[in-house]
Amino acid sequence: MRFLLPVAAITSLAWGGPAAAAEMPEFALVIKDHSYQPSELKVPADTKFKLRVTNEDATPEEFESTDFNRETVVLAKHSILVYVGPLHAGTYGFFGDFHRDTAQGRLIVE
Amino acid sequence: MPAVALLVFREVLEAALIISVVCAATRGVPRRGSFVLAGIGLGVTGALLVAVGADYIASLAGGAGQDIFNAGVLLSAVVMIGWHVVWMSSHGRELAEHMQSVGGAVKAGSRSLTLLLTVVALAVLREGSEIVLFLYGMAAGGIGRGGLAAGIAVGVGAGAILGFALYFGLLRIPIKHFFSVTNAMLILLAAGLASTAAGFLVQSDLLPTWGSQVWNTSRLLSDDSLLGRTLGILIGYKAAPAGVQIVFYLVTAALLVAGLRWQQRRASAPSASAVPREGSHEALP
Repeated sequence: MRFLLPVAAITSLAWGGPAAAAEMPEFALVIKDHSYQPSELKVPADTKFKLRVTNEDATPEEFESTDFNRETVVLAKHSILVYVGPLHAGTYGFFGDFHRDTAQGRLIVE
Repeated sequence: MPAVALLVFREVLEAALIISVVCAATRGVPRRGSFVLAGIGLGVTGALLVAVGADYIASLAGGAGQDIFNAGVLLSAVVMIGWHVVWMSSHGRELAEHMQSVGGAVKAGSRSLTLLLTVVALAVLREGSEIVLFLYGMAAGGIGRGGLAAGIAVGVGAGAILGFALYFGLLRIPIKHFFSVTNAMLILLAAGLASTAAGFLVQSDLLPTWGSQVWNTSRLLSDDSLLGRTLGILIGYKAAPAGVQIVFYLVTAALLVAGLRWQQRRASAPSASAVPREGSHEALP
């Protein structure tokens, strides 16, 4: 814990600059009827990016990927921001943990 | 029903594995069972509160509230486990060697119970809040009460059975090696939890990634498989960890091993000097 605080402070300073935040590309995913729209999203390789996940359903969903290690609850009618990557070129699956049968998608990193 | 059972099982399994390891590590402490039950009760209550307040938590810290909260819960568990490993490594041994100190035994016991209660509550809270949100969604989505109840029963039952299996498996370890094994398991458990906490801070960009996937063994063993999940809790296995997660893992493990060694050395040094002191004390009157 002790070493976490200075690290978090330094990185949040570095990250807090509006210029740096503006340069980072942002992509959007929408959860509707327990599925992702689009279900395939093209993102640049070797680039860190922001993913805005919006849940338009009336129930919560968990945006999750074991391929690129992300896990975050998106409440009903809410949106969250997840930072992803940089990832090497390839295909990375993601899913909605609360509705795995329908909520499936892929990141096409190229 | 199967979807409910599967999700509940996955979450309960993770909490059950943690509970089994800390239960094994506090073997022999009196009144343990009631503290585990109290921890589960607190955890369930906390999970309900977190689910109700999820909206508020998510809005904190510019949207990073959920990740900071998750990381905070995990790191609190790491601190509790670490404290237990370091403290009990000296005092637990003294206790085992000199059981005549009743006051000491009670004190050590109550410290262990604090650890047990807190870690159980934190584990249940973390996994439970996800279950609550999921079940709320299922209920709102129109699943029947019977299906919901059956799914919960199967999920909780299956997760608990695996937890008990691990616990009774651990109890078969010969007592001579028992606490060395549980200490090692606690260290790996804490290191894994610390690296998971780092992962939450990375996804909110509060920590640098230092390489988003340093290696990738998901084809060999996926994080999503039963074995992957089990090892994910027990030894902190991650198929594709970020660099900073590896650093958190190694630093936590190194700190705990160093703390453990330091305490063991400290414990063996004074006990040697304690003998003449006791002798001189008796000689005085």
